[in-house]
Amino acid sequence: MSPAASDHSRAGPLLEEIRRLAATLHREVRIMEVCGTHTVSIRRAGLRSLLPENVRLISGPGCPVCVTPAGYIDLALSLLDRPGLILATFGDMLKVPGACGQALASRLGSGRLRILYSPAELPSLARGTDAPVVFLGVGFEATAPTVAAAFLQAAREGIANLFLYAAFKTVPPALRALLSDPQIRLDAFLLPGHVSAVLGLEPYRFLEEAGGLPGAVTGFEPLDLLEGILALLRQLSAGRRRVENAYARVVRPEGNPRARQVLAELLEPEDALWRGLGIIAGSGLGLRERYRGFDAAARFGLPAMWNSEPAGCGCARVLLGRLAPEDCPLFGRACTPESPIGPCMVSSEGSCSAAFRFGEARA
Amino acid sequence: MRVARLLPEGKALVRQDKLETVVDTSLVENVRVGDHLIIHAGYAIEILDAAEAEERLALFDEMAARAPRQDSP
Repeated sequence: MSPAASDHSRAGPLLEEIRRLAATLHREVRIMEVCGTHTVSIRRAGLRSLLPENVRLISGPGCPVCVTPAGYIDLALSLLDRPGLILATFGDMLKVPGACGQALASRLGSGRLRILYSPAELPSLARGTDAPVVFLGVGFEATAPTVAAAFLQAAREGIANLFLYAAFKTVPPALRALLSDPQIRLDAFLLPGHVSAVLGLEPYRFLEEAGGLPGAVTGFEPLDLLEGILALLRQLSAGRRRVENAYARVVRPEGNPRARQVLAELLEPEDALWRGLGIIAGSGLGLRERYRGFDAAARFGLPAMWNSEPAGCGCARVLLGRLAPEDCPLFGRACTPESPIGPCMVSSEGSCSAAFRFGEARA
Repeated sequence: MRVARLLPEGKALVRQDKLETVVDTSLVENVRVGDHLIIHAGYAIEILDAAEAEERLALFDEMAARAPRQDSP
């Protein structure tokens, strides 16, 4: 990201054009972002209050921690009941409560919970112990190749005590699910930046078919987001339905074939359970047959994960854009980032957390 | 972050302002010193296209130059 891309003086003409086009549309335009980093950038920059009244930005299921079912946390916690087992995770999973109400953070004192900045740390972590090391594989197509690279390295080094508990999700099947839900009325998608850097544009082409919607791959700076929104309004104004790349300095049309190759060597599509969306066919990533030795669920006999929402928590509906964070009865009262009830308030990329921290007048 | 030095085993030392860290570059091809890397979970997942970034900013500036002058955006 170029530092100059955050230059505010350049936003004026973009906003002018957005206002001009929005005025010609004479209706409410609902644009969903499906990337937690977009959600935070939009809120931090206060973009919602800069946009015309009839352009609404709606946060979708783009926060990886938020779309992870509560039952996954319970099963991860159950792994720590095994003597000696070390659980490795990204830090954003720590505070998410499981169906039991407990979060991984409650076991920080055990000395067997390792917070990783990068999966690249996994091979050396496993080499340094005889105990089993289980990594919580949570994330989308930008994260999955990094985890795959680490596990393939472990495979090359013959490391036998490293395991993957996979709960990866993939974006295009979730977009299809959103399109097919008659209760979710959307006009366009802002498509994720890093996920698209890996995928390229082809996996989104179904958006151009009948029943699809305009899409624009967008970066994370306020100017990038405005450019993406403008690209979508231009399409809507012209009655077009295309997948556009408004982040060409990072995203190539063909994506990153090497990253996809690494991912596909270790992982293959499988059905996955999402918080809010339920089971979506082919929307997860599981270990291929020849790497099943890494499978924590098989090795430790973990049952299928399940969904469970804390009482009164609107996270599952917030993830679908059916409920604005501010309209949840718990928001800002019983549920705050300091004392969160659901994952949308726990994760720094969650819609509720972003709405609370960077609150704006208009949701 | 910019590549300051290439290291053995597919790693690179990257720098931004006064921050320095080591990232894994095994998911991208042909990394060179001076490249601006897009980093995700400690791995470079793409190399910034500097020419495209410049062109885009020039386009924004052109739009700004064409737009009527105003005090605030």
